[in-house]
Formats: sequence, structure tokens, C-alpha cells
Amino acid sequence: MKSQIEATVLSQRQLATGIYDMWIEAGEEMTGARPGQFVTLYCEDGARILPRPISLCEIDGTRIRLVYRTAGAGTREFAQWQAGRQVRLMGPLGNGFPIREENALLIGGGIGIPPLLELAKRLPGQKTAVLGYRDRELFLREEFSLHAPVEIATEDGSAGVKGNVLDVIRQKSLEAQVIYACGPTPMLRAVKAYALEKKIRCYLSLEERMACGIGACLACVCRSTEVDEHTGVHNKRICKDGPVFEAREVEL
Amino acid sequence: MNTSVNLAGVVLKNPVMTASGTFGSGAEYGEYVDLNRLGAVVTKGVANVPWEGNPTPRVAEVTGGMLNAIGLQNPGIDVFCRRDIPYLRQFDTKIIVNVCGKTENDYLEVVERLADEPVDLLEINISCPNVKEGGIAFGQDPKAVEHITAQIKKKARQPVIMKLSPNVTDIAEMARAAEAGGADILSLINTLTGMKIDIHRRSFVLANKTGGMSGPAIKPIALRMVYQAAHAVQIPVIGMGGIVTAEDAIEFILAGAAAVSIGTANFMYPDATLRVIEGIEAYMRRYGVKDIGELVGAV
Repeated sequence: MKSQIEATVLSQRQLATGIYDMWIEAGEEMTGARPGQFVTLYCEDGARILPRPISLCEIDGTRIRLVYRTAGAGTREFAQWQAGRQVRLMGPLGNGFPIREENALLIGGGIGIPPLLELAKRLPGQKTAVLGYRDRELFLREEFSLHAPVEIATEDGSAGVKGNVLDVIRQKSLEAQVIYACGPTPMLRAVKAYALEKKIRCYLSLEERMACGIGACLACVCRSTEVDEHTGVHNKRICKDGPVFEAREVEL
Repeated sequence: MNTSVNLAGVVLKNPVMTASGTFGSGAEYGEYVDLNRLGAVVTKGVANVPWEGNPTPRVAEVTGGMLNAIGLQNPGIDVFCRRDIPYLRQFDTKIIVNVCGKTENDYLEVVERLADEPVDLLEINISCPNVKEGGIAFGQDPKAVEHITAQIKKKARQPVIMKLSPNVTDIAEMARAAEAGGADILSLINTLTGMKIDIHRRSFVLANKTGGMSGPAIKPIALRMVYQAAHAVQIPVIGMGGIVTAEDAIEFILAGAAAVSIGTANFMYPDATLRVIEGIEAYMRRYGVKDIGELVGAV
């Protein structure tokens, strides 16, 4: 029987403005975790009752790395945690990215970048990472460059190409047989359109407000192209059926 | 020590069940909880046809609780009968099917469809605050409560639980109306209508603008209403609203609840139901309570 996991914070540091990097010892359950899966992390403050979903940035045996953005009081609480702290989490949850042995583009925007790092490590074929940032705070870029050539876009033009990830892809005529993308919805929408136009297989990792994290509460649904087998309607559960979807399965 | 409770002739091994909408139809939480240990599983609301539910965001956290506006998304009674009932029947627990509808006929169609299904009790949701038609529209007027209860009782083969809304002026009046309509059991409270605003975006956090509030923050209100309802009627009352621990559950039982439901706490601890069951047993041992019935309404 699965259960909530009592885990231990191993380290925590700040990577960039509002971006934190935490390693956690989370036990045997994590050894089979896949890139693109996530955990839900509980606050200690009892007034914050719901766990926060955070994607796995790296998986190293029983240890997991979470790179997350402080977005509210809950994630600000996480950012205070230091090595040795006991915490509660559930996971690994969700489906994760399918590993394909093809020429791949990994497209990440903002806090959608971290879940692609473990994927970059594991993809066996040729691959290029296209990372979109707000400004010159290029967190994780060097770690990606250990596994793949990296192209950068920044909104303010302070590094790489000024613009978004698709500007880079078109400007550099980057080719691929498969795209893996995670980032804000407008970016995913544009990536999906590009993939359809170029007839490239495309996997998108989606995000939505969650409550249970395991498929029961139906809070975190996305619109599906076809009637979903489980829900019986045009909705898929991001926590359980995703967070990774083949782009044609979902409407954004 | 006897923890079993009798609800309109249906005997539950203990008074702890899940609250509708927080536990799916059991399969997801079945990976975390031995469903055989539960008094009953109360399913997510099911309608005569599939419902798409509301746009997202559907949930928001608030201090000590949460808001939800799922909008009763469900796969419809056909899928439910084909897939969810056989799944639950594998376990030694009672099955309580939560029924929702937009019109009186919607409810009756589901109730009739369930007549020959192996389910133990029906819970009629006349208190969902998140759908435009039906739901709460049947639950805020005592005449409407009595009427729909009576119509459902004519068709139902299983004993009927009427689930009441707390978004009313006088809960005792609603409880008496349901009893007058022939309800076998009452359950309360459903969620309290609430709202959250994002001051940075100057917009509502929920796509539906309002949502039903649940979680530990609503417990004192729920407890007061369960007490009032239990003292207004002769039929059993299932208490719920913010129960997280066994201590919470015992408060509801002392206030007059014959059984309790665990809802939002499942999101806090996937095994919340088992923690409550074990805690109630420990309490009974500590105080030498031989039968849980001794505690019901004992304040």
C-alpha cells in the first residue's frame, strides 16, 4: 500500500530571484521515478492544508531535487527549510515524459525549465535544449549544457536571443523528430502549433491548481480533444493522466 | 467494544465514511487506504448523463481550508454502474452513492437506475453550491426539500440520505422538511459558499467566482449545525465539515451524529479515514465505552 512519505531535506540554496533548489532524501519510492513526474509537498503550517505539486528536476536513487519558484506563502515556507528538516510528501505522481530515441528538442520556459533537466540526462538520442528566461538570471543553464547544446531566449534580450523560445527555434532553424515542452500555457500553445505545422511529435507538460494530486478530486483538469475514457467527458486529469500529454490529446 | 452503527437498517462496521467528491469512487485512494476498513465509501456525485463540470481554476486554498467549484463533473450513471460499483463491491464496505441532478427528473432517473444495483444507501445532493441549476436550488427552501425528498422516496429502493446545505438561515427547518418528506437519514454539512480574490491580478481566483468552502476552518459551524439538526429530527444524522482527527469526529458524535464523513482531510492525509477510525477506538478504550451508540448525542 502506498503512503505519505516522511522525507528529509538534504540541502537548500537559492538559484536566482525567487528560484530555490532543494535536495530531499525521500526513500525507496523514488528509485523508479521518471522525468516529468512530480511530488506534492506539504506545508508545516496547519493553516495551509493542501500540498503543493512540484516537478522532479533530478532523480538520484532515493534522493530527489526540486527546483521551484516561490509563488505564495506555501512555497515561501519551503524556501526557509534547511538541511535536516523532516517533511511530508507524496509521490512520485503523474506519468512523466516518454523516453524516445530520436532527435529531440527540449523546450522550457521559466519555472517549466527544471523538469526537463532529468529528461536531458536520460534521453539517449541527439538533443538540443531551448530555454526561455525573463532576464539574464539563467538558472540551470550550465547543468543543461553538460547534456545537450543549449539555446537561450530572454524576454528583455539581456542574454541569447531577445524574444521567446519559438523565436530561437525559427531563427536557428532547429530541427527535431520529437519535442518535449514545459512552461506557461501561451508558450505551450505556440509550441503545439509549431509542432503540428512541422509534423513533429510533441509532448507537453501541463500545470493546474491541484487538491488531492492523485486523480480523485477532479480539480486539475484540462480540456481533452476526445472524450476521456476515465472521466467520460472532454476532461483529463493533469495529476493522474498527465502532467505530460501528447499535444494532440489536449486543447490549450 | 462495538463500533458498528445502524443507519436505517444498514449496518456499518464503524461510523467513518468518506465525504462525497473527495474520494472519487474509491479507486484512487484504494492505493493508499484498505477500503475494507471503512464504514462506507460515499462516491463522487453521479448524474443521469455525463457532466463536464466548471472551467479551471476549480480550487483555491484559504486559511485553514479550501474552496472548490468542480461543478459536479461526473461520467454519468452508465459508466458508474459498469465500472465503479463493481470496483467497490470487491471490498467489505458499504456503498453510498451520491446522486446529483439539474431537474427533479434527473434525480429520479438516477435513483431508478440504481434500484437494482448492489448499493446500500443513496445520498441525494440538494446542496451543491457550484452548479447553476439543480443542486442547491432544491436545498434552500423547506417546501422544495420536502417535495423532492418525497418524490425520491417514491422511487428509491435503498434508504435515502438527504444531504443538506449550510447556506440557509435555519438548518433545523430544513432538517424537519427532509424528515417530513420521508428521508431515512440526513447528512450535513455540504460546503459553505465562499470567495477568494487575487489582489495582484484583480480577479477572482476561481473561474466560477464562488466556491464551496471546506476544511478544518469550517468545523465549528458544521458542529453547531449538526447539533441543531440532530435535535430537530428523530432520524439519524451523518455529521461532516472539517473533520481531520478522531477528536473532531468524536465532537460530532457527541453533538448527535450517528456517523461521520471525512472529506477535505483526505487531501491532507490520504489515510485520514483510518487515523480517525483508530483514534475513535482508542478513545473508546480510554473511557471504557462499550458501544459507540453511548456517545451519540451525549452532550
